[in-house]
Amino acid sequence: MATRAIRSTVKTRQRQLGKASQGMISFLLIGPAVVYLFVWMLVPLAMTIYYSFRNYNLIRPTFTGWAGIANYANVLADPDFLSAFINTLVLVVASLILTILFGLFFAVLYNNEHVFGRNILRTFAASPFFIMPVVTGLIWSNLMMNPSFGLLAALWRGLGLVPIDFLAQFPMPSLVGIVTWQWTPFAMLVLLASLSGVPEDLKEAAGLDGAGAWKTFRHIVLPQLGRPLYAVVMLESIFFLVIFGQIYVTTSGGPGTATTNLPYYIYLQAFSAYNIGAASAGAIFAVILANIVAIFLVRMIYSNIQEEA
Amino acid sequence: MAVVELSNVGKRYPGAESLAVEDFNLTSEDGEFVVLVGPSGCGKTTTMRMIAGLEEHTEGAIKIGGRDVTGVAPKDRDIAMVFQSYALYPHMTVRDNMAFSLKLKKYAKSDIKKRVDDAAAVLGIEPLLDRKPRALSGGQRQRVALGRAIVRQPQVFLMDEPLSNLDAKLRVDMRAEIVKLHRKLGVTTFYVTHDQTEAMTMGQRIAVMKDGLVQQIDSPNTLYQHPANLFVAGFIGTPSMNFLTAEVSDNGQALSGPDFQLATDGPRRSVLADHGQTQVWAGIRPEHLHLSDSESADNRMQGQVEVVEPLGAMTMIQVLIGDTRVTAQIKPHQMVAMGDTVTLGCPSDKLYLFDKDSEMTLHGIDIGQSDAH
Repeated sequence: MATRAIRSTVKTRQRQLGKASQGMISFLLIGPAVVYLFVWMLVPLAMTIYYSFRNYNLIRPTFTGWAGIANYANVLADPDFLSAFINTLVLVVASLILTILFGLFFAVLYNNEHVFGRNILRTFAASPFFIMPVVTGLIWSNLMMNPSFGLLAALWRGLGLVPIDFLAQFPMPSLVGIVTWQWTPFAMLVLLASLSGVPEDLKEAAGLDGAGAWKTFRHIVLPQLGRPLYAVVMLESIFFLVIFGQIYVTTSGGPGTATTNLPYYIYLQAFSAYNIGAASAGAIFAVILANIVAIFLVRMIYSNIQEEA
Repeated sequence: MAVVELSNVGKRYPGAESLAVEDFNLTSEDGEFVVLVGPSGCGKTTTMRMIAGLEEHTEGAIKIGGRDVTGVAPKDRDIAMVFQSYALYPHMTVRDNMAFSLKLKKYAKSDIKKRVDDAAAVLGIEPLLDRKPRALSGGQRQRVALGRAIVRQPQVFLMDEPLSNLDAKLRVDMRAEIVKLHRKLGVTTFYVTHDQTEAMTMGQRIAVMKDGLVQQIDSPNTLYQHPANLFVAGFIGTPSMNFLTAEVSDNGQALSGPDFQLATDGPRRSVLADHGQTQVWAGIRPEHLHLSDSESADNRMQGQVEVVEPLGAMTMIQVLIGDTRVTAQIKPHQMVAMGDTVTLGCPSDKLYLFDKDSEMTLHGIDIGQSDAH
C-alpha cells in the first residue's frame, strides 16, 4: 500500500516536472513573437500617449513641457475633428455594405458552373485587390474620373452630357466607390470559398423540400455564410478605419474637409500643422474608436459561434 | 402513395458516348418497396436521381401517380429523399429540419407541430427535437433524415444508400426499422444500395443493374433461384456462386473439365441437348456443395484446399479445381485442413447453366419476367 502510494507520488512529481519544462519550452518558443509584438506595438502606443500630453509643435520648438489635457481639449473643440470622425464612420459603413453586397453577388455568380468562362472572369474580378491603394487612387482620379481626360468624362460626352468632376462634386461617394472597387474582390474571394464549401446535397434536399432557388439561398446557403461574413466585416472594418493612400492621391481630404477621415486628419495635424501633440491626441481617439469597433465585432462573432456550437 | 412508372428511361450525359442508364423499364405497385442494386457505377443512383428530378432523363418517360414528370422541378414532384450523407441542415434544430418543408408550404403552426411530433414519435426521436444535427450520433441523424422525409407524407420515398455510413450492427437494426416503417406507412419506396444483403432483406422487388442496364427485376427469392444471367447469379447470394467452364459430353449427359465431372438430371439434359453448344458455364452455389467420400459418385470435383474459414455455424473452404477457386460451405464438425485434397459433390438439380458467350441462363427465364410477388 505504502510503496504504491510513494510510487504514485513520484509519478505525479515526474509528471509535474514534465509539465513545468514543457511550459518553459512553449514560453521560449512564443517568446520572440511576444517580444516583437511588444516592441513594435506597445512602444509606439506608449510614445503616442506620452506625446499626446506634451506641448510638442515643430513650428514652436522652444514651447515644451507638459500640456495636461490641452491637446485633447483642442482636438475635441476642432470642428474638423468632428467631421473627420463622421467621415470615417460614413466611409467604413458605406464601403462595408457595398463590398459585401457586391462581393456576395459576384461570389454567387462565379460559383454557378453555368456561367461561361467563370475561371477567367473570377481572376479578372479578383485583380483590383492586388493593386496598391495609391495606384488605385491614381487610376481612378486620372484615368477614370478626370473631368477632361477621364474615361467617364468621355462616356458622358459620348452621351451628350456635360462631364462630371466626380471627386469635386461627389467627393465622398466617389471615395466610397474607389474603396468598394478595390475591396469587393476580397469579400468575393472569401465568400466564394465558403460558397463552394456548401454541400451540393443540402441544396438538393432543400429543393426536394419545396424550396426554390431564392428560398434555398436564403434559408440554406446564406446561414452557412455566417462566419465568413463576420470575418469579412471584421477585417474590412479594420482596414477601412485606416484608409489613407486613396485619399492622399485623389482628394487630399477635400474639397474642404469632405473626405478627411481620422488618419488623414492626424496626418494633417502632424505634417501640415506640425502639431505632434495634437496629432497624438487625435491618434488616441482613433485607437479608442478602433477598439470599440473591434470589441463590438468580437462580441458579435463570439456570440455567433457560441450559438452555433 | 403512388405508382411510379419508368418506361424506356435513359440518361446520356452531355458529351458522353454511351448512356449512363439505358432502357430502364419498371412499373412499381402502389406502396411497393423497390430496391435498385448493383456495383458502383451501374447507374442505380442516376436512376433514382432521375425519379427525384435532380437529373433530367434524356430518353423515355417517367410517370409518378400517372403524371408525366418530364420537366417538372424536384420540388413539384411530391417526393421525399433520404440522402447518403443525410443532408441535414446544420444550422437548424431537428424540429426545424423536419418542419422546413411544411413551413415552405405555409402550413399552420399547430399543424406543423403536430406532424413533426407524430413523426418524431414514430421514429423515437422526441428527446432530440431541440438539438442541432452535429450533436447527434450517426444513427440519430439517420432517423432525423427519415423523419424529415415522412413528415411531408409524400407520394414516393427515395432512399440513396441511407445505411452506408452506419456501423455494421446499427445497419442491421436500421434495416429492419426501415422495413417496419414502410409496412406502417405503405408509401411507394425506391431504395438504392450496393449491398446485396440489404437488397435481399428489404426489397419486395429488386432491380439488379450493371453498366447502366437492368439485368433482372424480380422478387428476392426468384433472383436467388432463377438468376437470368451469370452476373445476377454471381451478385446475389453470399458467398458468390461458383462458375466453372464445362465441356458438354454425351449429348448433355455429363459436364466435365479439369478435375471435375458433373452428371446432369433430366431437365438439364434436355436443355443442354437443345442448346447444342460444346461449352457452357456451370454454376454451383457454395451452400449446395458438400464433402463427398465416394470416388465413384457421379458428381465430383477434386482439388486441394487453399483456405479454411471457420464461421462457427458453418465452415467455408476454398478448393482449387483445375485453375478455378471454388468456395464450398461445409459443416463445422467436418475437419478439413489447408493442403488436404478433398472431393466435393453436388446434387444435379442444383446446377445452373449459362451460355458460354452471352452468359444468359439456359433455364428459359427471360430478363424482367417476374414469377413471384
